Amino acid sequence: MDLEIIGIIVLGVFLFGYIMVASIDFGAGFFNAYSTLTGKQHILTKVIQRYLSPVWEVTNVFLVFFFVGIVGFFPKTAYYYGSTLLVPASIAIILLAIRGSYYAFTIYGGLKHRRYTLLYGLTGLFIPASLSIVLVISEGGFVTMEHFGPALDYWTLFTSPLSWSIVVLSLTSVLYISAVFLTWYSRKAKDWGAVKLLRKYALGWSLPAIITAAGIIVEMRTHNPEHYDRLVDLWWMFALSVLLFAGTVYLLWKGIAYGLAFVLLTGQFALAFLAYGISHYPYLMYPYLTIYDSFTNEAMATSLVIAFIAGLGLLVPSLYLLLRLFLFNKEYVQGNRDDHV
Amino acid sequence: MGNEEAVFFSRVLTELTLSFHIIYATIGVGVPLMIMIAQWVGIKKQDEHYILLARRWTRGFVITVAVGVVTGTAIGLQLSLLWPNFMELAGNVIALPLFMETFAFFFEAIFLGIYLYTWDRFKNAKRHLLLLIPVALGASFSAIFITIVNAFMNAPQGFDLVKGQLVNVRPLVAMFNPAMPTKVAHVLVTAYMTSAFILAAIGAYRLLKGSNHTYHKKALFLTMKLGFVFSIATAIIGDFSGKYLAEYQPEKLAAAEWHFETGEGAPLILYGVLANDEVKYAIKIPYALSFLAHSSLYSSVIGLDQFPEEDIPPLYIHYLFDVMVTIGMWMVGLSVFYLLGMWLKWSFIEAKWFRWLIVLGGPLSIIAIEAGWWLAEVGRQPWILRGIMRTHEAATSSGQVDVMLWLFVGLYLILGIGSIIVLWRMFRKNPVERELADRAAEKAGDQKWILK
Ligand code: HDD
Ligand code: HEM
Ligand code: HEM
Repeated sequence: MDLEIIGIIVLGVFLFGYIMVASIDFGAGFFNAYSTLTGKQHILTKVIQRYLSPVWEVTNVFLVFFFVGIVGFFPKTAYYYGSTLLVPASIAIILLAIRGSYYAFTIYGGLKHRRYTLLYGLTGLFIPASLSIVLVISEGGFVTMEHFGPALDYWTLFTSPLSWSIVVLSLTSVLYISAVFLTWYSRKAKDWGAVKLLRKYALGWSLPAIITAAGIIVEMRTHNPEHYDRLVDLWWMFALSVLLFAGTVYLLWKGIAYGLAFVLLTGQFALAFLAYGISHYPYLMYPYLTIYDSFTNEAMATSLVIAFIAGLGLLVPSLYLLLRLFLFNKEYVQGNRDDHV
Repeated sequence: MGNEEAVFFSRVLTELTLSFHIIYATIGVGVPLMIMIAQWVGIKKQDEHYILLARRWTRGFVITVAVGVVTGTAIGLQLSLLWPNFMELAGNVIALPLFMETFAFFFEAIFLGIYLYTWDRFKNAKRHLLLLIPVALGASFSAIFITIVNAFMNAPQGFDLVKGQLVNVRPLVAMFNPAMPTKVAHVLVTAYMTSAFILAAIGAYRLLKGSNHTYHKKALFLTMKLGFVFSIATAIIGDFSGKYLAEYQPEKLAAAEWHFETGEGAPLILYGVLANDEVKYAIKIPYALSFLAHSSLYSSVIGLDQFPEEDIPPLYIHYLFDVMVTIGMWMVGLSVFYLLGMWLKWSFIEAKWFRWLIVLGGPLSIIAIEAGWWLAEVGRQPWILRGIMRTHEAATSSGQVDVMLWLFVGLYLILGIGSIIVLWRMFRKNPVERELADRAAEKAGDQKWILK
């Protein structure tokens, strides 16, 4: 296999990991804030905090891994994306900072403020929106080459239906993924009030999520016909993905096997992500940047892959330990133990 | 916005973010080691006080780590956003340590999560201590890797430049560049030193504010001992850093020392001001610069006359150097006096003024860190990659850097003030006397319950 392909697969795995764990985190924050507003806080807050607090830093590292990795494997992305993303990425950084500081100040530090909780919840929607701009830009048509370098055309960006549908998709999927996961989690916690509420949210967000996803494909047709054709070629992957979606909804509807429901959901998103990725190949940014002309030299690529394999050897057992102690530990999940420092 | 403005604002924003991040990063690197030592001593001596010390430090530590993570994410992205040309070039040669750094983060973040939420979960206390080892290792290794990147910027190697193209890249050679050993060692040791003195300052402050609990005395003694060891190491490795500069970046050393003319038996200039190209009010130590640079009183030291005007870094770095070295020497002296005083039972170390000096040592160490980084970074100017790429060639062409700068100023204000308020409240609200009493009551309760 080409080193280019290995590189993009490594990054894809971590990007997908980030999308899943961050969606859970973002959505949970939003539900938490929403329940504060509607006076249902007692139902959700505990479950959410018990899950999120020990893992939020790990979530953040997934993102860091992705953006450091992409500059490592594809240094030219620093030039194209770095020059154009200053404003959207800076906004995302600031929103991420508000989120991180919520954990620092409120959960660890005990500084409680209703307004802060709401702000934290809102960042759960704005961060995916601002990060999804990167996907929009990668479709081409928003970056022009000026004499001083690449520049982002904001007007086109804000008036394009494609951008808005990608933004909306990011929001609906965040809420959907998060609700499904938390339904399962609160079931493990035997917190029946939370299960009931979250299952309702999950079912409620399932349809919007799938509709907006389909909407993107329609938008792509006019915006980037080349990409659209390649997407359509992969119709069977999307069909499978929809099948998995139906499975998740069925299980939720019946109120059984929430664990399996989440597994199916992961499969659904993984398939869609993979199909999207394959159809995007070989472009990193239409039409300027492909994974081949932006790739680093062979020596660096080889050493990065070796470092990656060695790193995984360290990481996988540690992640397993983390999950065992918090996600799959009955005593902890059910709140019988609180050994916080 | 013209390119010059974009360069200017990119500089200011980078300086701001890094200067802010480094405060939290330094604490993040040093404090886990201190916690580990305290917990280990506690387990060894079966002394509840040290365990509680570790526990209370950890509570403050999580807050600084969280802000470190947030600001670190900011700088990580900003490097690509503000210096796209540099990252494109550097990505080809020095991406390896940056990439490995993220694994160190991962490792640290995972075990920190576990460590925080498993106090009292293990019957065998040593097991819990074991969980801290990856945290401390992860933190120190993230410092090592990022400092390697910075060392590369000072002494780039491991590639050939042919017609503006990088060829024949050797990632490991790039990592093990000549700047790396002294830089990594100095950064690590100063982080440990600073953390020890910050924790000592907290203990001393408590003793000043009326608490006379042995807990604080033990804390102070432990941290001052550690501070002593690391400040001595800092001075020694600092001396090696000077020797490195003399060999590989003579223009930086010459600018920092106001050494204008190349010559043998060069004197060391301390303090003073520069007015109309003339050094005034300085202390001159004969032959000391030659000794600092080459360990020999008569050796020749390259002066600024050997460099073209446009390659000379700003001369104000001399003041930064003075600040750093003065604080370094002062802290060595302070900790020596404290330890001697403890040993020989001098009474002044319990005096108010002496304790205030220890309190002051915490912020002073942070100032030394800032001064040191500014010296190192401004002293590299006008280069971003010494000898290869100038800073103004590296910057973004984006027109909105100034607006972003103001946004980040606001953000750091909030983060800075927020973390001070939260730490202060934590510290005030739960004095150690109360926590010790609570824990004793809890233990007694446990015992009763078991007996029943
Ligand atoms: C607590 C902080 C602290 C203290 C007390 C000192 N330093 Fe330092 N110094 C640093 C913190 C620091 C630093 C922040 O860690 C720097 C910035 C970049 C680097 O490599 O380390 C640094 C850089 C730095 C450099 C520049 C290296 C370069 O640019 O490559 C030199 C020559 C010294 N130091 C020398 C000394 C000497 C002779 C000291 C005498 C006691 C000293 N430092 C104390
Ligand atoms: C954390 C401690 C650090 C601090 C406080 C710091 C501070 C600074 C300062 C003050 C400058 C500005 C010099 C000038 O413009 O005159 C600068 C330049 C720069 N530093 Fe560092 N630096 C640190 C570490 C690093 C590291 C580890 C890297 C690389 C990974 C880095 C990347 C840069 C870049 C890209 C510039 C060029 C921009 C400029 O000249 O302003 N810095 N830094
Ligand atoms: C020499 C100066 C620096 C030191 C000693 C240092 C050290 C640290 C430490 C200890 C942390 C906390 C990590 C954690 O708890 O997970 C951290 C966070 C971080 N630093 Fe720095 N750092 C320095 C400069 C930089 C620079 C120049 C960059 C940019 C490439 C950077 C990127 C980051 C990132 C991305 C994080 C967040 C990691 C996470 O999400 O966990 N740091 N740094």
